[in-house]
Amino acid sequence: MSTLAQLAAETAYTAAEAKNNAAASGAGMAYGLAAIGPGIGIGYLVGQAVQAMARQPESAGTVQTTMFLGIAFTEALALIGFVVFILLKFV
Amino acid sequence: MILGAVHFPPIEDVIEWPAFLFKDSDLLAFNKIALIHFLSLVIPTIVFLVGSRGDGLVPRGARTVAEGVVNFVDTQIIQAAIGHDGRKYMPLLTSFFLFVFFGNITEVIPFFQMPANARMAGPLVLALTAWAMFISVGLRHHGLGYLKEVAFPPGVPKALYLLVTPIEILSTFFVRPFSHAVRLFANMLAGHILLVTFSVLCISVWGASALIIVEIGTFPGLVAFTAFEVGVSLIQAFVFTILAAVYIGGALHPAH
Repeated sequence: MSTLAQLAAETAYTAAEAKNNAAASGAGMAYGLAAIGPGIGIGYLVGQAVQAMARQPESAGTVQTTMFLGIAFTEALALIGFVVFILLKFV
Repeated sequence: MILGAVHFPPIEDVIEWPAFLFKDSDLLAFNKIALIHFLSLVIPTIVFLVGSRGDGLVPRGARTVAEGVVNFVDTQIIQAAIGHDGRKYMPLLTSFFLFVFFGNITEVIPFFQMPANARMAGPLVLALTAWAMFISVGLRHHGLGYLKEVAFPPGVPKALYLLVTPIEILSTFFVRPFSHAVRLFANMLAGHILLVTFSVLCISVWGASALIIVEIGTFPGLVAFTAFEVGVSLIQAFVFTILAAVYIGGALHPAH
């Protein structure tokens, strides 16, 4: 066997391994990237809500409810990223 | 490798529980998740049944709890998301709130330590109930005009309907139950995995002589995240209920 063929046999890289490796690195990136947008969004949202509550303390109740709603909608994107992470990593 | 001793269990060990009752039956098999669901049905029922006795002029015991929950759902969820005509959805929304909350809080209760809502079945059934509810409320109050309101929201330039109508139909009737369920499910699963990770770190470094210094970081972390998860349980129950209320309110007053 030539040196080249031997080298190829030793470093053989099956399709299943390639898929596993790609899934593992993709899983990490999926969650990391999915967390960027909602992170900025929730920070901005809560900051504005705090400002609203500080300017008008009597409206704190309404602002708080709306804030939680907004957080729930924004957070959904990060959670879908987390579900993709679980699917890639464990399924 | 310094973390060579840490062995993270496969995900099946963390979220799948063997049946301990009616093991042979597919339909009646009863595991920890079913037990939690059963308890989160029975405990609020008992509290409300006990609390509804007497004339209630001076609320005490179970009645205080029941009135507190009803008052919370009324002021924070129904008045905020539906309005005064939303009182008739109080039983549904209160049941949602308590059922979801008990399914979540078992995450931090010893011997359970598993949120029932970290399995997709529970949140999915609840979200589909809310979905069926808001569609039937819309159809009942506005007839087929409800579908027209959803597909063609007023105040949009005519040409934009080409873009808006498919998006609205998809997001209202198809994506809503899915995102409603996934929001609760993924939050609880993430919290559960977080607690499992910290517990595994704590246990693994306990025996290792030199690594015990890591415990200074991991054990307070575990305690802090357990407290954090109590808050998450409450907020997710609140968010799930208020979203159901917002959907019902949207079907009741589609114009805004």
